[in-house]
Amino acid sequence: MMDLRKVVLRLDNVTKTFGGLTAVSHVSFEVKEGEIFGIIGPNGAGKTTLFNLITAVYKPTEGKIIFMKTVLARAAKRDNLFLQPYQVAQAGVARTFQNIRLFKKLTVYDNVLTACHRSADYGLAASFLPRHIPFTKMVLPWGRKLVRQETQLAAKTEELLKMMGLWEYRDMTAANLPYGLQRKLEIARALALEPKLLLLDEPAAGMNPEETHALLGLIREIRDRFHLTVVIIEHHMDLVMNLCDRIYVLNFGQFLAEGVPYEIQNNKDVVEAYLGKEDDAVC
Amino acid sequence: MFNWFYIEGILILVGVNLMVVLGLSLLTGFTGLFSFGHAGFMAIGAYVSAVCTLYYHIPFVPAMVLGAAASMVMALIIGYFTLGLKGDYFCIATLGFGESVRLIFDNLDFFGGARGISSIPMITTFELTLVICILAVAALTLLMHSRHGRNMIAIREEELASQAIGIHVFRYKMISFAISAAYAAVGGALYAHYLGYLQPLMFQLTKSTEMTIMVIFGGLGSIGGSVIGAVLLTFLPELLRSFANWRLVFYGAAVVLIMISRPQGLMGGMELTDLWRKFRAGGRKRRGTDVLPDEKKEGGDAA
Ligand SMILES: Nc1ncnc2c1ncn2[C@@H]1O[C@H](COP(=O)(O)OP(=O)(O)OP(=O)(O)O)[C@@H](O)[C@H]1O
Ligand SMILES: [Mg+2]
Repeated sequence: MMDLRKVVLRLDNVTKTFGGLTAVSHVSFEVKEGEIFGIIGPNGAGKTTLFNLITAVYKPTEGKIIFMKTVLARAAKRDNLFLQPYQVAQAGVARTFQNIRLFKKLTVYDNVLTACHRSADYGLAASFLPRHIPFTKMVLPWGRKLVRQETQLAAKTEELLKMMGLWEYRDMTAANLPYGLQRKLEIARALALEPKLLLLDEPAAGMNPEETHALLGLIREIRDRFHLTVVIIEHHMDLVMNLCDRIYVLNFGQFLAEGVPYEIQNNKDVVEAYLGKEDDAVC
Repeated sequence: MFNWFYIEGILILVGVNLMVVLGLSLLTGFTGLFSFGHAGFMAIGAYVSAVCTLYYHIPFVPAMVLGAAASMVMALIIGYFTLGLKGDYFCIATLGFGESVRLIFDNLDFFGGARGISSIPMITTFELTLVICILAVAALTLLMHSRHGRNMIAIREEELASQAIGIHVFRYKMISFAISAAYAAVGGALYAHYLGYLQPLMFQLTKSTEMTIMVIFGGLGSIGGSVIGAVLLTFLPELLRSFANWRLVFYGAAVVLIMISRPQGLMGGMELTDLWRKFRAGGRKRRGTDVLPDEKKEGGDAA
């Protein structure tokens, strides 16, 4: 059966080496529109490195990364093209970080409000206009735009926070949130970009089973509501197997398996890789 | 001793320092970049405006604007080459910049060389300084409550995450640096037209560090803190004047004491409005906003 859905993300033979270490080696896959695509693999397999390559934090040593119709990175012999991280974000790729990177000293509210900046387009000069005296609103067209857009940003922030269940925590400093909520805030902040592709790096790390279960529903909900495509890295096998449409397995930076959850669960190589890892963990 | 003429002089100096400190506050407190060359931007503002009023008879305010513009252009040039580098390199570059500006003025005859410029019209009044300072505080406050200001704060907080939400980090660092330089230049212009003369020696590295101390003393990331820092640390040496040579020791001790007891500075990260809110919230909790709404007991978060 042919899958006619659009390809949102395509990795083509992507390799990344750090000095002598090959973190990612000849990885290729396609993610289709609306899919929830899982990436799993033992610690150090190169999963986070993949995200860093997609979001242009690292430049690939070799290969091509294409998002919709945009080439995010292309490393060929004499034909290199690398976007900057902010350009990748502006193209519509948002992410969360495995080691949470919130704006720690800002409130929950300001974290999301800041991330909404792309939904407004008033210029630098306009930001110096006073807002609270009616004069600006009525007389200066700039001022009117500024006030209107700032109001919209506030409304959008409120909507996002309410949806993620963070509204009652809005005045808390981000660093003081419990771990699970910090991960949710990272998702809220990523959604503020209005992305088409959302990359989640271990969103359930540090969550208890109930929170993890709730997260599963939440990820599906945001996918449907924002018409997103989601790529998720996760160690909780429960979550991955229930949530993902397809799964890609990495081991030592290399392809190990790809398929629907049922196929992955019954793949001999995958089971071996994971059992092998558990043996190591005992030592 | 405390006649109005004397007090007015100090108040104008407060205004001069406040302009530079506000600029540094934007750069260091809100964007997270340290500069040890702001005396250089002050010097550019001072010399350019002084030349405009003295030699070309341009009115003071346009002269000041020209000084600020010259300073901004310099900042954009320096920033273009150094803001892509890591923070430490930028800091060193500004240090070098500040000293070279001074040496350039020292060696250019057009600007009076080492002897400097004298008989600059003494136009700076307390009223003018006050108006400019109020406008400057208001402008900075508005900027920090706009999407552009929030982007700068985001860069200070977490550069990688800022990139990940689509902030053009380099561009916003440039903007912050340029505005910061313009503020310092306005301070310099006020200074030149208050004193009536200029010498390159006025803009040594110690001047830059003094300004940085005021920002850190007042608290990074707080406009109110910067104002308090500039006011207190400009007045303090004057109040201690009767202690003669000992006054700088007291000054140093005061700064060290504050930094030990409040490493985040007097107002670190807070504005006066936050203090007011805390005061009304009843002051039982150390930070009223940092308690979980559904937290019933203390210390619920382990591991
Ligand atoms: N900036 C870097 N410099 C050098 N080596 C790196 C760098 N980033 C990652 N690596 C190496 O690349 C390999 C893959 O790391 P990566 O973080 O992608 O693993 P991961 O699959 O995300 O693991 P985990 O499950 O622990 O998060 C590791 O051996 C790591 O040490
Ligand atoms: Mg990882």
